[in-house]
Amino acid sequence: MSAHNTVENVAVLELMVRNHPGVMSHVCGLFSRRAYNVEGIVCLPVDDGGQSRIFLKVGEEERLDQVVKQLEKLSDVLHVNRHQDGHPVFADLQQYFHA
Amino acid sequence: MEEMTGAQLIIRTLHKFGITTIAGIPGGANLPLYDALHQFPEIRHILARHEQGAGFIAQGMARSSGKPAVCFATSGPGATNILTAIADAYLDSTPVICITGQVPLSMIGTDAFQEVDVYGLSIPITKCNYLVRSVEELLRILPEAFHAATSGRPGPVLIDIPKDVQLAHITVDRLPDLPEPTRPSAPSETDLHTAAQMINQAERPVFYVGGGIVHSCAGKAARRFAEKACLPTAMTLMGLGVLPPEHDLYMGMLGMHAARSTNIMLDECDLLIAAGVRFDDRATGKISAFCPDAKIVHIDIDPAEISKLKQAHLGLVGDIRATLEQLFPLIAERQINGWNKRVRNLRAEYPFFCDENFDFASPYGIIMRAAEIVGDRAIVTTDVGKHQMWTAQVYPVNRTRQLLTSGGLGTMGFGLPAAIGAALQNPDRPVICFSGDGSIMMNIQELATLAEHNLNVKVVVLNNQSLGLVRQQQKLFYEGHYVASEYNHTVDLAAIARGFGLKSFDGSTSMLLDELLSVALQSEGPALITIPIDIEEDVYPMVPPGAANSVMIGGKYECA
Repeated sequence: MSAHNTVENVAVLELMVRNHPGVMSHVCGLFSRRAYNVEGIVCLPVDDGGQSRIFLKVGEEERLDQVVKQLEKLSDVLHVNRHQDGHPVFADLQQYFHA
Repeated sequence: MEEMTGAQLIIRTLHKFGITTIAGIPGGANLPLYDALHQFPEIRHILARHEQGAGFIAQGMARSSGKPAVCFATSGPGATNILTAIADAYLDSTPVICITGQVPLSMIGTDAFQEVDVYGLSIPITKCNYLVRSVEELLRILPEAFHAATSGRPGPVLIDIPKDVQLAHITVDRLPDLPEPTRPSAPSETDLHTAAQMINQAERPVFYVGGGIVHSCAGKAARRFAEKACLPTAMTLMGLGVLPPEHDLYMGMLGMHAARSTNIMLDECDLLIAAGVRFDDRATGKISAFCPDAKIVHIDIDPAEISKLKQAHLGLVGDIRATLEQLFPLIAERQINGWNKRVRNLRAEYPFFCDENFDFASPYGIIMRAAEIVGDRAIVTTDVGKHQMWTAQVYPVNRTRQLLTSGGLGTMGFGLPAAIGAALQNPDRPVICFSGDGSIMMNIQELATLAEHNLNVKVVVLNNQSLGLVRQQQKLFYEGHYVASEYNHTVDLAAIARGFGLKSFDGSTSMLLDELLSVALQSEGPALITIPIDIEEDVYPMVPPGAANSVMIGGKYECA
């Protein structure tokens, strides 16, 4: 899942998905089989747990359109929101990721 | 209110959704489904001899009709066996619904007998997939699965159903309804006008059409469109049939095994109108060198296809038929002009084929003669290899859904079971399957299924004692190192076919090939005909894999 080369400009994608045991497989599988760089994932259920929100830190400036379109094709993905200038969710988590 | 088991609910719902034939193989984990079939004679079950055969039989039904078809397999090996046919359906956007049995819910994850994670395995090769966790979920999942398979860009769906879910009881008000397909988005007026303007202003336009035309039933609309604007039209393997070969604007297949004139035309065009295509590498060659001077208008129902591989100047997302019909009044009627004459000259210089190509014992000659005998109503299936490309090059494919072939995945073993499916779906049409001695071996067990149902399928094996297309690549790109591509042991295919209960004909023992073909192809019921082909007969022209389409090897153009 880690990027081959760290990309400076990373976008954050915010996905609303149907929450069931296979949904992470679908999302992660898409990134690995299409060789899209993903540098971070945060996923938690929303409210009653029927849906989950996934934040993806994506190192794909040029292919971002294509990444979003492919994500939108997944039947469990209800909505994709782009944060092209990043999103605080990953910055806030940074404190837990020191060696 | 009625009480029934999950299995009964599935079978009755499938029937309500219009399914009358199911191909499959039973096993421990899907036996409740088969038991439900026992009480439901309205559905005909076709017992395949290998689950991959069942998957391709369903594909033959779906591809020849455009309607979703269903196949069954049990858990574990049954499911893994059928996955190749599902992957094949995925790459060629075919609506197949595969229902697999699974071990009971309580045993999932315990490495139970014949347990395999089919849900996980099928993620990358289905449009969507399900593991059903309760009998109630079936009421939602079954209609959703049919909807997904047929809406927008079609594709396969897999539903993995644990045995205890099949056996569980449920009280049902009424069976679920088949949902209406979602109306696809339509391109904006502005974009339509821009597209029309680009088409009207182009000097050297080319129409590039593929399987999407077939799926959206846009064959006639595409033809009218091409005719009005006088657009030379190149087809992908999946798009063959949009224009018949005798049509003035027909430029056949493009890409790796296209006529030279077709690839040169694409090299020179200034506008590429791409409809229902995905810029597959076998069609485009080296993508950066494909249509280097052209602007691209790309029409597709799947937004992810627009600019996936080649940046489109204008993308029109929508149903292709509707889009072409909306564009039709906006495009100017064009007479034959300098560009059409240039294309005609190219074709004269590099014709598709010369008369001498049609020497009767040559592959082209055999395919053309067979086409003549079975007639225009016949459905044609192929396996994968030289025979497939020869068929794509010369068989007179006059309409969409006439040629069924494995394009995206290129699965050897497709032809025979797909022919069985096509014959089941179209009992009034003859079906001819071109195969090779490599491909036929990959699902030869389905000859038993064919014989059992006595379907009108003729299997023509072009027998060159090798994995021909592999050997050709070794000849051209691996210094003639023929490693593992020649069959040094000859099998008697005619005797094998007889053993399965088919009539069989052997071209190697008959001097009169023409007579043999006439008799064999006009006989009643199923038959296999094996015809020896020189191992050195290759498929030309050929663009080397990874090269630009302008780099073409071979092809005789010095016509007498």
